[in-house]
Amino acid sequence: MKSLPITIDSVSKAYGSYVALDDVSLDIQAGEFLTLLGPSGSGKTTLLMALAGFVRPDSGKLLLGDRDITRLAPNKRDIGIVFQNYALFPHMNVLANVAYPLALRNTPRAEARQRALATLARVKLDGLAERNIAALSGGQRQRVALARAIVFEPRVMLMDEPLSALDKNLRETMQYEIRRLHDDLGITTIYVTHDQREALIMSDRIAVMNAGRIQQIDTPQRIYDRPSTRFVAEFMGEANIVAPGSVRRVDGAEASRETLMIRAESFHLDAKLAGADAVALEGMLRAKAFRGENWLLTLALDGGQEVLVCIPAALAGGCAELAAGQRMTAYAPAAKVHAIAGAMA
Amino acid sequence: MTVTVDPALLADARRERRFFLSLSLPALFIVGLAAILPILWIIRQSFLTTGGEYTVGNYTKVLSSGLTWSALVTTLELSLGTLAICIVLGIPLALALASARPRVANLLMAFVMLPLWTAILVRTYGWLVLLRRDGLINAALTGSGLTAEPLPLVYNFTGTLIGMVHYMLPLFLLPVYAAMRDIDPNLIRASASMGATLGQVIRTVIMPLSAGGIFSGSVIVLIYSIGFFITPAVLGGGKVNPLSTRIERALSTFQDWGSASVLGILLLVLMALIGVMLLAARRLLAQTTVAAAHA
Repeated sequence: MKSLPITIDSVSKAYGSYVALDDVSLDIQAGEFLTLLGPSGSGKTTLLMALAGFVRPDSGKLLLGDRDITRLAPNKRDIGIVFQNYALFPHMNVLANVAYPLALRNTPRAEARQRALATLARVKLDGLAERNIAALSGGQRQRVALARAIVFEPRVMLMDEPLSALDKNLRETMQYEIRRLHDDLGITTIYVTHDQREALIMSDRIAVMNAGRIQQIDTPQRIYDRPSTRFVAEFMGEANIVAPGSVRRVDGAEASRETLMIRAESFHLDAKLAGADAVALEGMLRAKAFRGENWLLTLALDGGQEVLVCIPAALAGGCAELAAGQRMTAYAPAAKVHAIAGAMA
Repeated sequence: MTVTVDPALLADARRERRFFLSLSLPALFIVGLAAILPILWIIRQSFLTTGGEYTVGNYTKVLSSGLTWSALVTTLELSLGTLAICIVLGIPLALALASARPRVANLLMAFVMLPLWTAILVRTYGWLVLLRRDGLINAALTGSGLTAEPLPLVYNFTGTLIGMVHYMLPLFLLPVYAAMRDIDPNLIRASASMGATLGQVIRTVIMPLSAGGIFSGSVIVLIYSIGFFITPAVLGGGKVNPLSTRIERALSTFQDWGSASVLGILLLVLMALIGVMLLAARRLLAQTTVAAAHA
């Protein structure tokens, strides 16, 4: 199977005065697993549907390899799609659903059957070929939808929040399985989700979207540690945006004059653990909550700003004894302090 | 483990169920009064002479008459013809409505429903005005030189069929449109994404999933058509005589309640036969849709 790169070139789409896609450009490499991540209404699904051919962009170009597909009919794009609600055909059994794209291509019946069965085995659904769709669990339906999307060896795969209807444990299993399937097939995949953990776990790169624009596109680690905007910082996890001047350097050097982003879990209560060039934030403990694997402390800085401090339970020996109202200091290693340009909006 | 049930709670549950069942009583009463009793009466009547004695003579008279059989054929021709035209016109229309934007679809639907708000007699006479030899349509046809002679559009089978299709089409369309509108648009998208052409989408997804609606629409059309009276009587001009007009004649011209009852029973039997055939057709359809993808 030959997978292809995708080029999205200045694509815009508006519904009346509502701008769903605002001049979006994006290059996806052949065989890459790229996630479009954003809150609902950010344009991620619109972008996916434009690639599939179900949303006609107002302007811009879509390329598959070097072929312009902007005006190509959906059924000629050769793209496998997994829909949020699976979109399995209720009037066909599992085998007929998976063999459907092959039947459309006039694949001989015996060959279609054999390929559909092989694909079902690949998604661990052997033995369910003759089942009715209504008799399947959510996880099994998800696997049928996957099998149906890959059985005809499309050159690109699009997935629209495919795991959002599954419960948490099943979702985590499927995250690894989808990623493994992608690695086996080497198929260019664009995956849409609003779950940042899912994006971090699965992706080669993440494109964070908001209000019809791509805010940042980068590897999961860089997106998490080096967000380029306040939106990305806060969307990706518990982020503290600290105003210039609220921190001091432990070693006495001059503190940064920029707006800083420090993740809640970057803090230590023990200065020694944070290193010699750590920054310190001082304030009053306002609230504390035990969350199982960690403690979440809310610290009110002297300027009034609240900072979330997350201490792993294993290192949080004294947290249970802390009392609201007492003064305390949290330390963050210099490497975990990230400047965000112009983000105090 | 067994749970001991509080008899008072059990009684409450029973009382609730009984109450909701009792809501159907008025309707059951009316159906019993207005449908079942008359049918029993008609069956009794069909075995009585005008003098009130028991006989099978009504049956031998009616069933041996050539007029009865030609009326039966006319009834079937009208009903099946109407159904065929409704299917040919209605399915594309339902597809168009189901794929239109909601506002456009509602507007089109209002136009489709408009005839249903008009009394049937008014509409039938309306067609008469349009279809007569000196009516609007023939005036336009001869006036523009399209035809030399006025076309025989009314007081015949054609005119009756036009009038009946006009009445039945909305009734056919409603369930078909409802079924098509309920199809998840993602199913159609999924089908297209896997390479289906529009024709393949219609054949492998839309038609199988709206089969139930098409079936209901067909049943409604057949039930209404088989006993249809006003349109054949007005637009048929005495030349189109299905069973319904025969019954009317037996009653109003000959006061022959026995023959009319036999003809009525014939209609019932016909309806039952068609119902059984449709059910069988549906079962067959359900079995073949699974394999439909590989057609």
